[in-house]
Amino acid sequence: MTEQQQEHGKQQEHGMTRRQLLRHTAWFGSAVVLTIAGGEVISQLGGGDPPSAAADDANALRFVQISDSHIGFTGPANTMVEQSFSEAIGQINALPYRPSFVMHTGDLTHLSTPDQFDQVRQMLGTIRTDQTYTVPGEHDGVDDHGAKYRQFFGKGTKGDGWYSFDLGGAHFISLVNTLGLETMGHLGADQLEFVRKDVAHLSSDTPIVVFSHIPLFAMYPKWGWSTDDSVQALSYLKRFASVTCLNGHVHQLFTKTEGNVTFFSATTTAYPLPKPGEGPAPTPVTLPAGQLHAALGIREVSYVRGGQQGLAIKDRRLV
Amino acid sequence: MGLNTRLARALLATMAAASMAGLAACGTTTSSAPPPAAASPSTSMSPSMSMSMPDSPSSTAASAPVASNSVTIKGFAFSPANITVKVGTTVTWTNQDQDAHTVTATGGAFGSQALDTGSHYTFTFTKPGTYNYLCTIHPFMTATVVVTP
Repeated sequence: MTEQQQEHGKQQEHGMTRRQLLRHTAWFGSAVVLTIAGGEVISQLGGGDPPSAAADDANALRFVQISDSHIGFTGPANTMVEQSFSEAIGQINALPYRPSFVMHTGDLTHLSTPDQFDQVRQMLGTIRTDQTYTVPGEHDGVDDHGAKYRQFFGKGTKGDGWYSFDLGGAHFISLVNTLGLETMGHLGADQLEFVRKDVAHLSSDTPIVVFSHIPLFAMYPKWGWSTDDSVQALSYLKRFASVTCLNGHVHQLFTKTEGNVTFFSATTTAYPLPKPGEGPAPTPVTLPAGQLHAALGIREVSYVRGGQQGLAIKDRRLV
Repeated sequence: MGLNTRLARALLATMAAASMAGLAACGTTTSSAPPPAAASPSTSMSPSMSMSMPDSPSSTAASAPVASNSVTIKGFAFSPANITVKVGTTVTWTNQDQDAHTVTATGGAFGSQALDTGSHYTFTFTKPGTYNYLCTIHPFMTATVVVTP
């Protein structure tokens, strides 16, 4: 089989060829190592052990990221978003281990209705994990600045719904950057102060993981795929050896490294969006029959305390 | 702090007040019935009409206001993006996109719920002025309604 044929095969599996992924990486100067094997895209910060090592280590902290389920969407790009979200949950429950937690990085619902929030909460409750976490997307705060979202998912959070926690030697921060009515993502002064104080007591060798819906890097500001005050937030994280930012919103895999920070955009369980700048607007993409699942997926993340490597990330297409 | 930040603060501060004042009753969201009959569409603009340009991004301010009481949401844009109507006019917005959108005044005067495909929202303007609005889901979508006496 030629390389082109192999890459075509990979594209059928992942919706993005290895060459395309590496091209994306090249555009933004990423130092992330990307490996594709057996239906997975594996990312790892440069150096260290092979990327699969953490995933295979029984002592590793392992969690799953899912995103953009858009429960309530009925357009032709995916007329059965509830089913594909259910399939994603089934895929998590079929993993050979029980993830420590599952994070949904926003746009749980499509229209922010109580019924849709309730449906998502019930579906998340079927996941085989110790804990589920969420951050709101802009679809979750359409007409009430996130009030209904917080009724369903805001318990124990601060401000508009932000919070942090520690697990497995790493520190996790969940941010809300979708409620500011800005032309792009926005954190605001209160949340920036939360971040500053939240990490002040931490040792600089503590791995930091930041969750948000909208990217904290300038992926494509023209479409609002950026956060206008993220530089301030990231300035509080500069002293840390390892910072990993995991976001949704853009419905496609993407990665970029800036100094000590690596950003990973996740795909969706609902429907794909165009690549940045392809077309006039980020309108839902209707794929040819049979190709939708290749564009959807879940993300596995592993971290070994005291290991030489950073977080290992596997993006799996929906099966 | 950008313009939109200040507008957002104003919106959030006035959301509750606007709701309590019954403004929500002026705006309706419908998902199945066809849009109501257009109310006395403006077909010309008075030469004496105040035409101060709206305080909005250049993309919308650059286009001349169009006398219309109907706005289509398509391709992640309000069209026409800049309309002018007379006091008492009911404006109808119709979402023709696959994705959902909102019609939300940055000053809090009116605001729709999420408009799914085919849904529309109407609002009757009872006070002259310049109303900037956006889609809260895709806030780079901005537009303006100028209401004249």
